[in-house]
Formats: sequence, C-alpha cells, structure tokens
Amino acid sequence: MRNWTLGALVAALGLSGAGPAHAYKIFVSNERGNDITVLDGTSFEVVDTFAVGQRPRGIAVSPDGAKLFVCASDDDTIQVYSTADYKFLGTLPSGPDPELLVVSPDGTRLYAANEDDNLVTVIDLTTGARVVEIPVGVEPEGMGISPDGQTIVNTSETTNMAHFIDRDSKQIVANVLVDSRPRFAQYKADGSEVWVSAEIGGTVAVIDAASKAIKHTVTFEVPGLRSESIQPVGVRITEDGSKAYVALGPANRVAVVDGTTYEVLDYLLVGQRVWQLAFSPDGKHLFTTNGISNDISVIDVENDEVTQSVQVGQQPWGVAVADVPATTN
Amino acid sequence: MTRSATASSRGRAGWLAGAALLLLGTGALAQNGTAPATPAPQAAAPAPGAPAAQLIRIGFLRSYERRLALSALDIAPESIGLAGAQVAIADNNTTGAFMNQRFELEAVTLKPGDDVSAPARAMIEAGVHYIVTDLSAADTLTVADLAAPAGALVLNAGASDDRLREVDCRANLLHTAPSRSMLTDAIAQFLMWKQWRDWALISGEHENDRLFAEAMKKSAEKFGGAIVAEKVFADAGGARATDSGQAQVQRQIPVFLQDLPEHDVVLVADESEVFGTYIPYNNWVPRLVAGTAGLTAGSWHPASEQWGGAQIQNRFEEAAGRRMQSKDMNAWAAVRVVGEAASRTQSADPAMIDAFVKGPDFTLAAFRGQRLTFRPWNWQMRQPILLGTQAAVVSASPQEGFLHQVSELDTLGIDQPESTCAFPG
Repeated sequence: MRNWTLGALVAALGLSGAGPAHAYKIFVSNERGNDITVLDGTSFEVVDTFAVGQRPRGIAVSPDGAKLFVCASDDDTIQVYSTADYKFLGTLPSGPDPELLVVSPDGTRLYAANEDDNLVTVIDLTTGARVVEIPVGVEPEGMGISPDGQTIVNTSETTNMAHFIDRDSKQIVANVLVDSRPRFAQYKADGSEVWVSAEIGGTVAVIDAASKAIKHTVTFEVPGLRSESIQPVGVRITEDGSKAYVALGPANRVAVVDGTTYEVLDYLLVGQRVWQLAFSPDGKHLFTTNGISNDISVIDVENDEVTQSVQVGQQPWGVAVADVPATTN
Repeated sequence: MTRSATASSRGRAGWLAGAALLLLGTGALAQNGTAPATPAPQAAAPAPGAPAAQLIRIGFLRSYERRLALSALDIAPESIGLAGAQVAIADNNTTGAFMNQRFELEAVTLKPGDDVSAPARAMIEAGVHYIVTDLSAADTLTVADLAAPAGALVLNAGASDDRLREVDCRANLLHTAPSRSMLTDAIAQFLMWKQWRDWALISGEHENDRLFAEAMKKSAEKFGGAIVAEKVFADAGGARATDSGQAQVQRQIPVFLQDLPEHDVVLVADESEVFGTYIPYNNWVPRLVAGTAGLTAGSWHPASEQWGGAQIQNRFEEAAGRRMQSKDMNAWAAVRVVGEAASRTQSADPAMIDAFVKGPDFTLAAFRGQRLTFRPWNWQMRQPILLGTQAAVVSASPQEGFLHQVSELDTLGIDQPESTCAFPG
C-alpha cells in the first residue's frame, strides 16, 4: 500500500511538471481513515494524503480556494487547512458534532449543522468567532446557501424540514416539510430553486426559492432495485441549471435529472454507497464519494459517462474542489 | 417531565432564547423569544396573538419490576422503554415547535400482576387517544379492547407474542415491537447465509421460552435449517447469582450438552433467564451460540451507530444516562409514529392522524437504513432486525438474497398469505 501511494505520488509529480501550470485539486474526506486524500484535477491521481481530526465528514473550500474547512465530527470542531501545503491553520468553534457546512459566497461566514444539539452555528470567518446558534429541527444536517448569500437552508433529518434562515436577522423565515430524512440542500446558480434530497423518503423536493412552495417532487426508479435501497443524498446542479445530479446512496448510482422538466434522464453506475458530489471548477467533471468501495468516481458531465474510479482512503464521505495549482513546485 | 426532557435535549436553552425567532409557530415553544435583538435568558411568553399550540397527549402504560438476570448486565433498567418514549416526545416537540403542536407523555408504571384495566380506563376516559404499552400479551389485549369503543389506538412496544399479530390481532392495536417470529427469522436467515445449517435447540420450560423455541423451529423450516436435536433445560429454581460463581456452571453445562449430535450452532430459547447466558463457551464441543444468548436479535442494539444511529444514541444517552436498548427503540418508534403523522397531516385531529398512520403513505425513519412501514393486514411494523453480541452489532436481517415480491422486510415474521389475523368488519 505504501509503495503504491509513493508510486502514485511520483507519477503525479512527474505529470504536473509536464502538464498545464494551472490546475485544481480535489479533496476527499475519509470518515474512517481520519484523513484527507488530495487528487490532482488534471490526472485524477492521488497526490497526497494528510491526517486530520477524528471522523472527518463535511468539507468545503473557501471561495478564494486557499482554505479547506473540515468538519471533524468526533472532535466537535471545524478544522482549517491550507489547500496549498495542507498545513493546519486552526480550528473554528463549530459546536458539537459538526457534519456539513457551507461558506458564504463572499467568504465571510461559515454555517455548520450540529446534529446532536439541533442547532445551526454561524461563524464569522474574519474573526473566527461564533456569531450565533440558531435552533432548528431534530438532527440538522444539510446546509445550502443562496448565490447572493442572503438565505441559508438547513435540513433536519428527524423533523423532516428544510429551514430557511435569513442571513441578517438570523431568523428562520420559513419551514418546508419534505420527505423522510432530508440530507442535502442545493440552490440553483440563478437562485430560483432549492433542491432538497430525502434519503429515506427516496425523493428530491424542488422548492421555489421565492414562494417556498414545493414545485415538484422527483422520484427515482431503477429496474431490479427495490425502492427502499434508493436513498438520495448529495445533489449538485450545473451552472446553467440544465441538469442536476443526485447521489442515490446504496443504489450505487447517480441520477441525472433534467433541470427544467425534472425528468430523470439517466442513472450512472458508480461505486458503492455514493453520498456526496462536487463539480470541477470548469463544470466538466463531477466527482462522487463511494463510502463502501473506498473510491471516487469521475463523471464526464457533457456525456454523462463514468470515465474512471480512483481509490482514496477508508470510507470516503465528503468531496470539495479547490481552484488552486495542483503542486507548489 | 416532558418539558424538562425537551429543554435538556436542546442544551443551552436559556442562552438560545434570544438568539432566534421562529417566524412560523412562534407560540409553540416558550423558549423561542420574540425579540431576537435582545437576549432574554428567561422563557419568553408566546407572541401576542399567536394561536396556542395544539396538544397531543400520549399515554404510556407499562409493567416493570426489577428482575434478576444471570448476568447483572442483563438486568433491565428502571427506565427501560420509558426513556425511549421520553426522547421521542422531546423529538416530537422540537418538530412541533415549527408546526404549532405540542406532545405530552402520561406514563403509568404498574407491577407485574397489577390490574391494568383501571389505569387504562382512566387514560381513555381522560381523552388520551394514543396509548403506548409495554405489557404482557394478555394485558396488551385488555388495554386494546378497553380502548376500542373510544376509537383509541394502542401501540404495542413490549410484547413480542405472535398471537397478538395473528389469532388475537385487533384493528386498533399496532406493533412497533417486532414479533418473536421476526426475531427468530432474522437469526435463521443469518445462519443460513453463513451456511451453518445444523442447529441444536435448547429450550427453557417456561411459556415464553417454549414460544421462542416454537418460533425458532418454524424459522428453521422456512429457511431450510435443520434442528438436529432438542433438549429442555429444567428450571430447578435457586438463585440467579451465588458466591460459588462459575465453578459449577463450567462443570455442569458441558455434561448437559455432551449427548448432542453433530451440529453447527446451539440455539438457546431462554427468555426466562434460567440458563441461556451459561451456554456460550461452556459447550461440550466448540460451537457458536445464538437465540436469546450468544448472538441475539432485536429492534436495536446499544452499540448501533450506523445509519445515523450515532445521533439517536447520543441524545438518548444524554437524556437517560445509559445506552439505548431495543425496548427503548420500540417505545421511541411508537411515540414517533404519532408525531410523524401529526406533522405530515399538519393536524392534531386523531381522525386525521389515525387515517394517515393506517394509510399507504405512512413511513418512519428509525436509524436502520430504510423506511419502516406497517403491514396493513395485522399492523405489525416492518423493520430490519439487528443481530449482535453483548458488545457489538454483527449483522442486520433481512440478509442479502432473501427476496420478496412486496418488501424484503416481509421475509421476517409471518407473512400475509400465512397470516391468521382477521380484523372484524
């Protein structure tokens, strides 16, 4: 294993010397491995692995690409690392058991869901201080943010709601009941809709961002699979809003959904227990974390094809992409 | 009691009071202050003009007496079941804060043998429409029959007896507790998946032990296991624990098991705690043990953390000061059934809630990797069954490859074609 990693590292270093100067990095949190796998966005090869806190799950990159935020769930903190050299930069006061987080588009605030305490924690990234904790439903998990940063959406897994929180007043302005165990909230880039996945309900609710009404409920059906095994978690929508991708957990597939008609266009077979998704900075690739097969799948977005899978650490959970050079030398 | 449970699950409730305003359902929770800019450490009054929260009362009728077990670790704690119901009430109330609904638990604890009719009647006459029970099969039926004229629903979180789902089923009696046959099917599927097919069955002589043994035999027949021998362990009385400790056990149990024919697994049917715990490691030949000892089956396991289970375990432990057990999960699920239906129907009207619970769209998420639903032919909750040792979860049934035309969960327990349940009318 060590030899293999070393080999991959050498290969990646060699590639980066010959490849384009500007590339990007993919970061994958390994829930069981307590580390982060770093992949080169050009070669999709593992270039590094670094240890972080216990049970890393949700991860995100600052808008400038410089910092990686890691929910170290069992350490009850959010850790901050440099995306350039993976140096530990400090911790943020997340509150207990942080699971998922979002960073505001202007990079000034971080919002984290604390599953054990039914809270959403708001952190000021300029001072590193906790601004406020907002009580939400039971087992808050998914965190979405509107493109203008004005509205934060949290999903609570046992209350089964999407809570819409206003940035300035820090108040809940609407609660939308969705199907069982909502895991993830994703805005369209134009801010018109929020898509909320329901893991046990097996659906995705498309919520009109203005009226807070559910416009459509997307359902999934895979021949040969019983409906209970179709468990939507991660959701990502293309920049132009034309297509959405939904990770279906133990169904081992990513659904491709038409962003306008909400029709399911395709099911892409990926690794086992697929949970989270992230686009490359240019939107041409989508990466999936496959928790049981310990790998990520790379999807070609234009053709909706799975082009390769890459072994990462133990039980990959979250994935984030940083638009920074893949190597510093 | 229920209010304090809610507050503790939220942690720093006082500090939070001023932090946020819930625009919808502001009247529902006292600790949600109305002035977000001004910290208000004390509970604030509901917003003027906000409608009072709709109250949904849930009764909990149970029988408990501290009963010795062969291992001190197996003695049921005083709060068994009840603590699960209390955590579910707190969960329901957190959601209720957004729905303008409030849930209250009214718990009555009896001793085994006490008359259950009077407290059940009192609850029903007081207008309690939902009664969660942790009682014997006979007492569960008594409560269900007393509740029927008032149209009240009884949710059985304690009795595993198959007869309550079969010949003695009731239209107003729902079961969140798995039946014995679901538990034994879960074990049988696992053993068949392992290809450990030959089983020696050792049963206690009390009624519940015999029922477990009967269920185990039916499971063997259903899934192709072979019961190669059966023995009954007589209850000679005597103390559960003695100062001479394990010495006699280590000498006597192997001799008792010496004459068994070749077998892969010893199955133990000893709900009465007479001998089961003594079997593992004391066999004559080295064989694994399953049933009520060794590898056991349940709706939950104190060590289960998969499928989001860590969260319910954490808040249960914070509330109850111990790990969550199967009976706690059954009671949690029963109270959550009512809460889930109340939020889905956005109603506190029992007619609306009952129709939804018994309707085709009802599902419950309960940390076991898939949605739980009710079997409409006998109101048994479909659920995966966890298999574990004392320390850890080993597996969850249904096992891979046991297929079913409706739901793989229906491979556990008596299925519709075999069911003898017939609701009147």
